[in-house]
Amino acid sequence: MGIGATLVVDRAGLQGILDALIARGYELLGPTVRDGAIVYDPIKHIEELPRGWTDRQAAGTYRIEPRTDEALFGYAVGPHSWKRFLHPPIERLWQMRRQGDSLSVEQRTEVKRFAFLGVRACELHAIAIQDKVFLGGPYRDVAYEARREDNFIVAVNCGTAGGTCFCVSMQTGPKADCGFDLALTELLRGPHEFLVEVGSARGAEALAGIRSRAADPADLEAAAAALAHTRASIGRALETNGIRELLQNNPEHPRWDQIAERCLGCANCTMVCPTCFCTTVDDHTDLAGQVAVRERKWDSCFTLDFSYLHGGSVRKQTRSRYRQWMTHKLANWIEQFGTSGCVGCGRCITWCPVGIDITEEAAAIRAEAGQPAGRARGGT
Amino acid sequence: MSAAATPDPFVPRLYRVIRSTREARDTVTLEIAPLAGQAPRFQPGQFNMLYAFGVGEIAISMSGDAEDRGRFIHTVRTVGAVSGAITSLDANGVLGLRGPFGMPWPMDEAQGRDVVIVAGGLGLAPLRPAIYHLLGHRERYRRVILLIGMRNPGEILYRRQVEQWRQNLDVEVEVTVDRADATWHGNVGVVPALVGRMPFDPASTLAMVCGPEIMMRFTASALHDAGIALEQIYVSMERNMKCAIGLCGHCQFGSQFICKDGPVMRMDRIARAFGTREI
Amino acid sequence: MAGLEKILLQHPFFRGLEAQLGSLIAGCCSNVRFESGGYLLREGASADRFFLIREGTVALEIIAAGRSPGTFLTLGPGEIVGISWLTPPYRWMFDARAASAVHALAVDAVCLRTKCESDHDLGYELMKRCSSLLVRRLHATRLQLLDLYAGPAE
Repeated sequence: MGIGATLVVDRAGLQGILDALIARGYELLGPTVRDGAIVYDPIKHIEELPRGWTDRQAAGTYRIEPRTDEALFGYAVGPHSWKRFLHPPIERLWQMRRQGDSLSVEQRTEVKRFAFLGVRACELHAIAIQDKVFLGGPYRDVAYEARREDNFIVAVNCGTAGGTCFCVSMQTGPKADCGFDLALTELLRGPHEFLVEVGSARGAEALAGIRSRAADPADLEAAAAALAHTRASIGRALETNGIRELLQNNPEHPRWDQIAERCLGCANCTMVCPTCFCTTVDDHTDLAGQVAVRERKWDSCFTLDFSYLHGGSVRKQTRSRYRQWMTHKLANWIEQFGTSGCVGCGRCITWCPVGIDITEEAAAIRAEAGQPAGRARGGT
Repeated sequence: MSAAATPDPFVPRLYRVIRSTREARDTVTLEIAPLAGQAPRFQPGQFNMLYAFGVGEIAISMSGDAEDRGRFIHTVRTVGAVSGAITSLDANGVLGLRGPFGMPWPMDEAQGRDVVIVAGGLGLAPLRPAIYHLLGHRERYRRVILLIGMRNPGEILYRRQVEQWRQNLDVEVEVTVDRADATWHGNVGVVPALVGRMPFDPASTLAMVCGPEIMMRFTASALHDAGIALEQIYVSMERNMKCAIGLCGHCQFGSQFICKDGPVMRMDRIARAFGTREI
Repeated sequence: MAGLEKILLQHPFFRGLEAQLGSLIAGCCSNVRFESGGYLLREGASADRFFLIREGTVALEIIAAGRSPGTFLTLGPGEIVGISWLTPPYRWMFDARAASAVHALAVDAVCLRTKCESDHDLGYELMKRCSSLLVRRLHATRLQLLDLYAGPAE
């Protein structure tokens, strides 16, 4: 079976794919309902998927609610992103033992092989973006590299637009077009089936022995129609034309002060964002002072400590920290890594307790910037 | 202990303190060498992450001669828990080290040109390797001017060495202090003010500046006023640093990572960030 | 006089000055030398002359009983010693001591003030240059006050 080949499986076939991945030693992670949200957890069976659930999202709002059908993937994205597995919230970097006058270092050893079920198009882009961050620089994150080495990805094409997402204007969806081993589109018009597109040799191999039928034109049309429907129901857009110059040239824009009146500096946005990668390092010892451990933990540029430099923080005001996050995400990232840092998943809008909307803020800055990109007002 | 296929840049190598010299009440210079093997090569302007067992890591610039393969030299000021632990290490004390990291001083670009080095306070430490290089390869450069600003005559870092450098007939050394005392018969005043008095050809001069950010800002301004283009002025920047390898996001300054796009940075590339508050 | 005028116009303080104004000022100028240790001006004295340094170093200091003189600034070739000649009460507020042999142009302040009163173009030109110098000196003094090289504990 070549790359791009399509076939159709039913629910039993889908379970067969899950079983095949587990049999190959992958730790399988997929969507499931827990604590009133659709999160990514270890799963084994399709019964654990959020069958018949959807999410209702708006700025500062997230609820799950029942659907009128039995869709397994009828939701958008929740508070989890795949970065929590590839770039874990807490990770031990090494352990050092003091023996008399000398020290010996023990490095991290365990390597996990993950299989992800239900990766959205925007999330595929987010993973690719983090690949650039962790693997594209002069120093590679060795553990991230090991986790991505054999990382099986089953993508899912969105049949529903989320309440806050904007992949179309970010050119990150809704169609999953690369970076996956298999891509599913859920078909509900007749029997409950899934159109499967092969994305890699590894993906093709996983389908061996799975009962399936060839995809016919009606299946392909239905899949295309679902994507078209999703595309048409995306409710937001972020104008990316000239956004780099716009934000870099306007560090003193009054809008930053206006945002700061609302922003709590709670760091939710950075926690849920699938591309935010900032971490801090935590060194500690045991009580006897013989064993020292270094851990790496997620951090956020919204904390006052983040920019601490003997005597005080560089970014003292909330205004400066919000400006840093948004300018990095939409502008500086382009210079650093060649693409935008935003994939339009909408999580930062949904999970912001005060409902700050990055698309709205970008539009507001653009509207009041006045001068065309490149001629900063007031001089920089 | 596992043998990683590629060396993990997060893991420190162990170094032993050969000698510790007190420079000032709160400042110490450490000479260190690896427990095993040879110290890696470094270029003037680069830095290491020095690790105190169980306490933490700090970024400290190299301060020794890059051609001395036997050891690294670091001048450290006590400002917190980690620097306090590192400065209290005696000879034979062990510390961890990751590095060298960062972009170096533009020694190659400076060849054939007038070179002005402006150091303020502890900023002389990251510049010392550049000075060693200039003096060790004097024929590659035209005029060499060292401007050094210190707090007061009693706190002149590397004082005996500065006096030795001054004895070179082909190097101009001017030292100034912010505040004089009765023993001082030299310049009094801030170091940017010395810039205007120096005879260099601005069109061909390359300047390297290091010290507190305020001092660098006004020195760069004075150099620019004297006719030196921003493309020819280099500063050494500092920000909160955790990983030193471009993966943790802390050291960003505008769109530059100070750990991998710096710490030595060309003024024209950072002029905008340099002039923006709280960036 | 032509020689002095040329020296004057070459001095950084008077860079870009119109030749006509230059010759007016030169009329108040003379060449002077000080041995190391000599005083160009003293605190409390009438601000009758100010100086354009051509060679040497001048230390500005303030004396107090029982203390060594506090030198707060040194100046070199191309710089000006004395600005208080321009504003009342026309009195010096510090000492200026030659820290080496000093060669300077002395400018008769009484002479120059008289010329400025009758020629306001000349007066404005001097005001502009002196205020610019004052701003630079004030800024440098503020940097000294900030004690930039001090450690966090100090």
